[in-house]
Amino acid sequence: MKNKSLVSITDFSKDEIMRIVELASEFEANPNQKLLDSKVVATLFFEPSTRTRLSFETAITRLGGGIIGFSDSSSSSTTKGETLKDTIKMVSNYSDLIVMRHPLEGAARYASEQSSVPIINAGDGANQHPTQTLLDLYSIYKTQGTLDNLNIFMVGDLKYGRTVHSLLMAMSHFNTTFNFIAPDSLKMPDEYKLFLDSIGIKYYEHKEFTDIISEADILYMTRVQRERFSDPIEYEKVKNVYVLRNSMLNHTKDNLRILHPLPRVNEIHTDVDDNPKAYYFQQAENGVYARMAIIASILGLVK
Amino acid sequence: MVKKELNVSAIKNGTVIDHIPANHLFKVISILGLDQSESMITFGTNFKSKKQGRKAIIKVAKKFFADDDINKISLVAPSAKLNIIKDYQVVEKRNVEIPERIIGIAKCFNPKCITNNEKITTKFSLAGKEPLALKCHYCEKITTAEHLEVL
Repeated sequence: MKNKSLVSITDFSKDEIMRIVELASEFEANPNQKLLDSKVVATLFFEPSTRTRLSFETAITRLGGGIIGFSDSSSSSTTKGETLKDTIKMVSNYSDLIVMRHPLEGAARYASEQSSVPIINAGDGANQHPTQTLLDLYSIYKTQGTLDNLNIFMVGDLKYGRTVHSLLMAMSHFNTTFNFIAPDSLKMPDEYKLFLDSIGIKYYEHKEFTDIISEADILYMTRVQRERFSDPIEYEKVKNVYVLRNSMLNHTKDNLRILHPLPRVNEIHTDVDDNPKAYYFQQAENGVYARMAIIASILGLVK
Repeated sequence: MVKKELNVSAIKNGTVIDHIPANHLFKVISILGLDQSESMITFGTNFKSKKQGRKAIIKVAKKFFADDDINKISLVAPSAKLNIIKDYQVVEKRNVEIPERIIGIAKCFNPKCITNNEKITTKFSLAGKEPLALKCHYCEKITTAEHLEVL
């Protein structure tokens, strides 16, 4: 993994994913390791994402590294018309690693081709956000004790949600059974179902969000976004159908954990928050350890 | 066949690219860089074709294309046929094939792709032949035949 950019979750093999998950666990047990002493990490946020940026900057700070960068493009030379290529060429001369978020899809792949140091993609438009996926995997591993043979239910916007697509690709290494719960207009795209067919992974599709979740090990909730609907009536019909309430968890498995990439709106009722099966806030915290593991691996500071 | 080809004067040595869709003649010329070529070139379009309705032909004297070069035209002229001419005789016939990597020819249909916002050579891998599907190396979105635009 040393010196390898992380642009898309498919850039990492099953073994590399497992190594990140195990390392995240080691960093959680011992979070203050000054492995990045005298290293400089650039965090280039061409669009604001406070949650992701704070998570990365916490990870870098805990590792003892220095941070340069910007938190939105209005404070960078992009506003003067500088190309992405030129910004990356310049910053890669100053830093040992670049973490970047960009509104355009493919920006991170392009940057990785222009940069002399590795790139970590912290989100490129609707395309990829691989560190979110790795923190999801770490959360699953931590709560279930394994990534193998789990039953994962994905709920909500399965058409546009990049987190569910990346999670699906990553979990396909681990003999997962998938259940997709979504309205017709937001169904899992065919390309992902064809991919699962091609590797012999089982999946089931549902329209109703009911007691079928009794078999779930992981319930992965997503936000149904108003702007995805061309017809506002269609949005009004589905927006309250996919809401998780505490009462729905009565007959679920003890090991069930509820994940959500956050921010949530109304798809998880606040009465779920105190249920021990709610895991979305700890999930966000796991992001720091997963990102420490990713940074340390890419810089070759751990084996 | 022979009679049709005589609509455009015969060449002694070189390549005849036949069965080009009539509306894509100038794209084929541009993709192959023939507008910059110093070879003697004759071309014609809107010939009647039993298979295609209307077709175009290009004859390039003293020029033999490498497979990688000629396959670039497959996106706009998948039906094109090559006749390799030596001493006025057709010595070889070839079809074009869509290459596995398509570089600098097609435009990604995703307006939010970095290649449509910064000066970048587009790169695609072939995700499907029938129907045609190109996967963008950058934004990872699929461009299909109906959205295909040749640069």
